[in-house]
Amino acid sequence: MFYRETGQFKTTYAADQALFPIRQDRHAMVAMVVIAFIGIPLFFSDYWLTALLIPVLVFALAALGLNILTGYAGQLSLGTAAFMAVGAVAAYNFQLRIPGMPILLSFLLGGLSAAVIGMLFGLPSLRIKGFYLAVATLAAQFFIPWLVTKVGWFSNYSASGVITAQPIVILGMAFNSPQKKYLLVLVIVALLALLAKNLTRSRIGRAWMAVRDMDVAAEVIGIRILQTKLTAFAVSSFYCGVAGALYAFAYLGSVEPDGFNLDLSFRILFMVIVGGVGSILGSFLGAAFITLMPIVIEVLLTRAGHAFNLTLEPGVTSMVQLLVFGGLIIFFLIVEPHGLARLWQITKEKLRLWPFPY
Amino acid sequence: MSFFFEVLIGGLLAGVMYSLVALGFVLIYKASGVFNFAQGAMVFFAALTFVGLQERFGLPFWATFMLSLAAMVVLGTLIERIVLRPLVNQPQITLFMATIGLSFFIEGLAQLIWGTNVRRLDIGIKDEPIAAVLQHFDMAISSFDLTAAVVAGILVTVLAVFFQVTRVGRALRAVADDHQAALAVGIPLKQIWAIVWSVAGFVALVAGLMWGARNGVQYALTFVALKALPVLILGGFESVLGAIVGGLLIGALEKLAEVYLGPYIGGGIEGWFAYMMALLFLLVRPEGLFGEKRIDRV
Repeated sequence: MFYRETGQFKTTYAADQALFPIRQDRHAMVAMVVIAFIGIPLFFSDYWLTALLIPVLVFALAALGLNILTGYAGQLSLGTAAFMAVGAVAAYNFQLRIPGMPILLSFLLGGLSAAVIGMLFGLPSLRIKGFYLAVATLAAQFFIPWLVTKVGWFSNYSASGVITAQPIVILGMAFNSPQKKYLLVLVIVALLALLAKNLTRSRIGRAWMAVRDMDVAAEVIGIRILQTKLTAFAVSSFYCGVAGALYAFAYLGSVEPDGFNLDLSFRILFMVIVGGVGSILGSFLGAAFITLMPIVIEVLLTRAGHAFNLTLEPGVTSMVQLLVFGGLIIFFLIVEPHGLARLWQITKEKLRLWPFPY
Repeated sequence: MSFFFEVLIGGLLAGVMYSLVALGFVLIYKASGVFNFAQGAMVFFAALTFVGLQERFGLPFWATFMLSLAAMVVLGTLIERIVLRPLVNQPQITLFMATIGLSFFIEGLAQLIWGTNVRRLDIGIKDEPIAAVLQHFDMAISSFDLTAAVVAGILVTVLAVFFQVTRVGRALRAVADDHQAALAVGIPLKQIWAIVWSVAGFVALVAGLMWGARNGVQYALTFVALKALPVLILGGFESVLGAIVGGLLIGALEKLAEVYLGPYIGGGIEGWFAYMMALLFLLVRPEGLFGEKRIDRV
């Protein structure tokens, strides 16, 4: 009834190719942006911002990076956390070594460093595919945190390689409150998401998808495999690197290299699977889902514990989390391989015809 | 020089342990084309079940072994039934991701049933140098490692005989070769897959016992199993022989690197060395030592 596109004629190519061709979508998007930028910082408590919304945004950015590589270019990577570590450590060092370095430039350079490292580990993808590549990216996953721990220079010789991120100051304004940090992360993530959306609609994005669907065929129609795969690795690692920098600077404040472990890589992979492989929106949905999940489980378990007068062993919640995570992944892969994003799409299709589906 | 050999042999024997885990991967990959990331979790589950049963019922070794084996068969059949059957004909990468989910699930399940404590597993083999070798060659070779090697040897022989001679084994090989053709000649595909997963469960149990007896049964066991991945890459996914040779190579080179290279670039390189080596090796030979060469067609 409300979601009808009848009467919305597209008279130019620009209108036809617009990001949101349907008017209602545009209005909804504007409303979302207003809520995200004004509503949430005004009405949500500090706890919500620091413990939930900032990590959701940061992980969404990392998931976006992995989604570009896995969902669009079809290269499975298990080294996401390692590229995040590169971004975090590089941003920290640029900030530390160069006096008067603008922090946003540090984030950018951190992302670029991650892109370079990502391309390096992406090189084998030219010869190897599928699981072989997945295992090869494990090399990055184990090597990079080790290197950061071993070489004291990276963490300015702090004990056990812990990096204490510098305070965020932009143009003399300190971003120290949760609201300000949230807004900063939101701006960066929103811009990068917009960029990613447009990248995937451009020539390069189509080349990625062609390589994903069948690389030999893509090569035959004149797509340069080398260039395409390496740009996918570079762009993906750039996103992961920036996410890593934000993870350290805006979310945790201080991180140890071991925090960027295989578990984190898997979590981000799960976000991509649950959210929707090959979908920008899916990265956000997945990140929100996977970040909120453990909290919901914990709350439910404690409730259940109180209700039935059970004393839960301390480890039980984490085990139940493992169970639920694993079960969910299998469930999604079997029932809805395109994830939450696809469910949302189906809902929209239904909504277009509602309430008269004939 | 004798120190070099001591390190080398120690590494080779440790490599045998990797091969034990890698065998399980190869079995499933050959028969169903699924790269089973959950093999490590199955090793963990098997070892934990064994220890748990032993603690609870105090049965003799073989009885506990049979019970754990039964548990692994049930687990394998359930996996085939619930996870893989609905995913038939999906892209391999989807199956791979499903097994990642599966490994989380099994890890959670195992700990939920048996608790998170680190368990000691005693299967009656001492982990100390063999006196005779120590005397004659001045080398410390652990009797435990040697036993593990013998066990692995027996296991491989049994599996080889099983694959070559028995009716089920031949059916397994036929399925590995071509699902469609196997179906056409009347091989019950579902049953075969259940059998493969059960056999993989059996291999996981053996590997779990050996690893558990060596390092204690704990969550870290799943990470040890991850080491089987570079072994597979080196050996090739499709080859039982490759799993053995790859395991030996990785084990030996890793130990040598740790001893001779480690002091120069800082310790702890065991964590990533195998992966790096596999990565470099892949650049030269993408299908592994004994893997089948892939031909791409449009």
